[in-house]
Amino acid sequence: MKKALSISRKAGDRYITYLLLIVIFVGVQSFLNSGAASRSFKGLLIPTCAYILAAMALNLVVGVSGELSLGQAGFMCVGAFVGSLFSLLTEATIANPLIRFPLALLLGGVVAGIFGFLIGIPVLRLRGDYLAIVTLAFGEIIKTIFNNLYIASDDTGLRIAFSVDAFNEKPLAGNATYYIKGAQGINGTPQDSTFAICMIVLLIAAVIMLNFMDSKQGRAVMAARDNRIAAEAMGVNVTRAKMTAFVMSAFFGGVAGVLYSHNLNSLIATKFDYNLSILILVFVVLGGMNKMRGVMISTTVLYILPEVLRALKDYRMLIYAIVLIVMMLLTNSKSVRAFAEKVTGALKPKKKNQTGGAE
Amino acid sequence: MSSFFSYLITGISLGSIYALIALGYTMVYGIAKMLNFAHGDVIMIGGYIVFTAVSTLGWSSGLGIFGAIFCGILGCLLLGVLVEKVAYKPLRNAPSLAVLITAIGVSYLLQNIALLIFGSNPKNFSSVVMFDGFSIGKVRISGETVVTIAVSVLIMIGLTLFVNHTKSGMAMLAVSEDKGAAQLMGVNVNRTISLTFAIGSALAGVASILLCSTYPLLSPYTGAMPGIKAFTAAVFGGIGSIPGAMIGGVILGVIESLSKAYISSQFSDAIVFGVLIIVLLVKPTGIMGKKLNEKV
Repeated sequence: MKKALSISRKAGDRYITYLLLIVIFVGVQSFLNSGAASRSFKGLLIPTCAYILAAMALNLVVGVSGELSLGQAGFMCVGAFVGSLFSLLTEATIANPLIRFPLALLLGGVVAGIFGFLIGIPVLRLRGDYLAIVTLAFGEIIKTIFNNLYIASDDTGLRIAFSVDAFNEKPLAGNATYYIKGAQGINGTPQDSTFAICMIVLLIAAVIMLNFMDSKQGRAVMAARDNRIAAEAMGVNVTRAKMTAFVMSAFFGGVAGVLYSHNLNSLIATKFDYNLSILILVFVVLGGMNKMRGVMISTTVLYILPEVLRALKDYRMLIYAIVLIVMMLLTNSKSVRAFAEKVTGALKPKKKNQTGGAE
Repeated sequence: MSSFFSYLITGISLGSIYALIALGYTMVYGIAKMLNFAHGDVIMIGGYIVFTAVSTLGWSSGLGIFGAIFCGILGCLLLGVLVEKVAYKPLRNAPSLAVLITAIGVSYLLQNIALLIFGSNPKNFSSVVMFDGFSIGKVRISGETVVTIAVSVLIMIGLTLFVNHTKSGMAMLAVSEDKGAAQLMGVNVNRTISLTFAIGSALAGVASILLCSTYPLLSPYTGAMPGIKAFTAAVFGGIGSIPGAMIGGVILGVIESLSKAYISSQFSDAIVFGVLIIVLLVKPTGIMGKKLNEKV
């Protein structure tokens, strides 16, 4: 009886998240339709959605499985470039963006997911903090690769090179088009990303992720996070459970990249650097690890706030760094928390005692 | 052939710097079981301290140089201890994810403080090495290379002697073996951890001077890349092992230098990180690492 009650409460929590997304969608969409929305407001919508998706995906690794990934920007980069390339190549053959774009989203996500799987194989079977450093390395490698990648087509077909020299030695013949041009990135991606599509993708992603967290596999991941040895003793395959969460996170990171890239006319690989990975990590940490709704809200606030308050822009990263440190000290250190309570306790009336235990 | 030797020597020199940085990572990891992401940025701050002393205050001759070097190393040492006291000590019993995120926060904080104070334009660091170098046959060896290799070898010998033959050094070994048992034997664990951070950060200070003398462009992001590569070196050699960090650092430096020369200069970083992934696949404990059995 008690179990049934707690599950229905969890399901109810899920529906609040879905409802929130739908309400926001309807509200913003009708605001857009009314024509009162400013240009800069419209410009913020799609990147915000992409970052929310990327942050929710990262939450699967950081919050749910308790590992640190510093390569979310790398997965976004893979998704963005693969998705954009697909859209550019099929722009003539698949004219309808409503068919082409979902395919691009899926392709970008799947390729990013494959990369996640390949990284996960060596790392997730190890104990310790290796995932952080390997994903960091992965992000740098991906950035380097796409920053030096040249893809063009001419009469002889599609040509791929890792240096512009290859095209100088054997010039493009006849009717030539560059798709990816090294450090200049990818140009002319069709603008398929719309707010409505973004929200639909977000809703689908939220359904999949929240159901995953409530599934057998998801509970196994959380058990492994809280106590690896106990979980293993209970028969949980920790490596497999963590791998599922990590690949799912990479997949949605890739999808977020596709959403992001189909909003921009030109995109360079250096956009997806270490700073972006940290930025997404800050969204997750401030949103409350393991809490999808919190992550959505913190991403929206932290992304839009500095855009609105231009004066803060120089200090933005400094503030984020302090936020990371203070959040961790407040949530994990008894002495710091006691100190904080002493400070706030003098100002506020005493709060009701917290009941123990998770949930 | 002579070009091969000059690449090899460049690699060894670069590798010695990586080894010095990797020592800081490996010692802290061995004792506090944490990955100090801010280590690379301590290097950058050290570089800026020496830069300020030499270029802004004009301590560029004779005794002034030594003063600048001393200030740089002392600054790094104090910074390392301060970071440990403020950010890491309260989290001694926290989950490793929390410590990692804090370390990233500190790393980011240092970068952005440097960015606000010194700006994003790279500064031209003037070398503190007053020695011209020499040639063997056709191979030219610069003064920086000679000094880097000599200083690194001296430090490594000194550190090995210190860890194995002094009381504080043996306390460090004991704490890294078993914190609780060491405390019962009368070792002051907190002081030992602070000492480890102090030594690791002072080594970072030395590394920053050598690094900036060899590669004279100094920016707030100078420390990040060498820091990550040095961590790779520490994993390569077996994290927690002091001789492993030295060997791993030198091998990694040689790999980087040779791949820059013979494969591709753009992809040398990618190759170095590729090595990390292969090491983790084949021998996750690294060259000198021990496999620890987990006690329940």
